[in-house]
Amino acid sequence: MTETELIVPTNYYIILSAVLFSIGVAGVLLRRNAIIIFMSIELMLNSANLAFVAFARSFADVAGQVFVFFVITVAAAEVAVGLALIVTIFRTKKSIDIDEMHMLEG
Amino acid sequence: MAGLIIFVIVGVIAVVAALGMLLSNNAVHSALYLILNFVCVAIFYLLLNAPFLAMVQITVYAGAIMVLFLFVIMLLGAEQVPLSSSLRWQMPLGVVMALALLGTAAYAIISGGVTLAPQELASEAEAFGSPFQIGDVLFQNYLFPFELTSVLLLVAMIGAIVLTKDEQPKKETD
Repeated sequence: MTETELIVPTNYYIILSAVLFSIGVAGVLLRRNAIIIFMSIELMLNSANLAFVAFARSFADVAGQVFVFFVITVAAAEVAVGLALIVTIFRTKKSIDIDEMHMLEG
Repeated sequence: MAGLIIFVIVGVIAVVAALGMLLSNNAVHSALYLILNFVCVAIFYLLLNAPFLAMVQITVYAGAIMVLFLFVIMLLGAEQVPLSSSLRWQMPLGVVMALALLGTAAYAIISGGVTLAPQELASEAEAFGSPFQIGDVLFQNYLFPFELTSVLLLVAMIGAIVLTKDEQPKKETD
């Protein structure tokens, strides 16, 4: 398979990225489990990464891929801290249903 | 043509996996669906001349971040959290808003000026998207953000440890 047979119009990748992003948004809006909300945020970040790589290929500029590298790093750091927060909240509340986390104290 | 077939098949799998993550009642199933989605995106990276990023995606995202998610799910015993019944009118509204977002984005993309065909890749000494070229750009043009991410990772590690440290009561020594 030569390289020219594998080329897909850039539009398709961007629309797929928009679809995945919307599914992530629906997850953040509709789910009550804090961990599922976190995973939906990761899905949104992933869809943005896909758009970056598609544009990097479209404009033959590798800076888009370097940016994806940074986004993956930031996502990893954010997941570490966010899950630590969820674990800490669980110790007090014994639940990760976000409907029960409506007080700033305790 | 072959690229289009692969794109459609892998794209359908990716969207179905994302929907499975969204709609599953079991948090472990959601995590596994998300891992499938990440692997599909890694295949897309391979189609888009980003082999290094595909391997980084599988190693870091599917291999480390999702394993961390699974650890926390197991630790908290959060497998079974049902879709809440306390939201009645908000659930259709949420679906409508997500569809509106998708429609707006799709309209903007289709009517916008995104070039359809990717540019031809210059046949350089190093292939496009190879680790050499990414490292070349990363360590020359983006050196300062690279150092900042190292500080960011250190801060995240310290934060995670401090947040989950047990508060020991002070022992009285006589």
